[in-house]
Amino acid sequence: MTKNNIDNTLIEEFVCEAPNNQVKKESFASNIKYLIVGTIFGIVFVKAEIVSWFRIQEMFRLQSFHMYGVIGTAVVVGLISVQIIKRFKVKTFSGETVSIQDKTFNKGQIYGGLIFGLGWAITGACPGPLFAQIGSGFLAITVTFASAVAGTWLYGAFKNKLPH
Amino acid sequence: MIELIKQPWHWAVAGVMIGLTVPTLLLIGNKTFGISSSLRHICAACFPANISFFKYDWKKEIWNLFFVVGVLLGGLIASQFLSNPNEFVVNEQTMQDLKALGVKDFSAMMPADIFSIENIFTLKGLIFFVFGGLMVGFGTRYAGGCTSGHAIMGLSNLQLPSLIATISFMVGGFAMTHLIMPLIFKLF
Repeated sequence: MTKNNIDNTLIEEFVCEAPNNQVKKESFASNIKYLIVGTIFGIVFVKAEIVSWFRIQEMFRLQSFHMYGVIGTAVVVGLISVQIIKRFKVKTFSGETVSIQDKTFNKGQIYGGLIFGLGWAITGACPGPLFAQIGSGFLAITVTFASAVAGTWLYGAFKNKLPH
Repeated sequence: MIELIKQPWHWAVAGVMIGLTVPTLLLIGNKTFGISSSLRHICAACFPANISFFKYDWKKEIWNLFFVVGVLLGGLIASQFLSNPNEFVVNEQTMQDLKALGVKDFSAMMPADIFSIENIFTLKGLIFFVFGGLMVGFGTRYAGGCTSGHAIMGLSNLQLPSLIATISFMVGGFAMTHLIMPLIFKLF
């Protein structure tokens, strides 16, 4: 992820985990389509009660199949879609080749994953539901959201001191 | 039809729609699904503080911010116009377990005795909002993704690191629910 510059200072390559791989530049207005996809996504989150703290508690107490059903079905549908796109070399609407970066393993996925899991059970929210909860009128969650931004910032600030 | 939409949606309907978000984003703009990255873009846009992790062209990734604003709007639309007219249902056993811990309100998606504005400046608020949020933001970035980026996008693309991350999320969640949360509730 990092390499040494000529004068031996670390330069960091930018790796985005949810990147924009489109070569063609997009206008500001064309981003509206992501707003629409996000809106539908948010409606699903609320209507399937994925934003509920109780549904997350049911999941971690193995007392309801609901969340396992949601995530399991989403993975199966996503998997089939990605395989179709790869197998048939389906192009994007603007004619580009679909590119998905492989993820590389580092210990952060374990340490960070455990920390996120602790937070997920206590807040009842992963980052997506945080936005949907605020939209649903649970305004106290703005504090959780601000703290999540702060947590991300702290990771950025101390990244090089953490085991990866 | 609208009456049907107002009912809580079956997990299969939600799962299919969430799963379809993956190819939708890939095909409409070659975008890889992931939500926690939005938190990083917010840091990069608002408080980069000369930290190398936040020095990048966040404007190129602005689609992600449009997406999460959409999620917020979706939450608003669903709760204002499509809300469930019936009583909110919590699993009986879960309700018993949580009552034993001291949770009192089961009438809505979030228990009001924890997730209310009045609790922001209390110990409950500090733990459930501030510490919880810090762990979500720090943990997802440390892990390189959240439920969407790893559990859904990563597993859809058969990525072993994403499976490891997803298992870690679950282990963390089980540990909090069964080991740490009983201790937390003793504080109140």
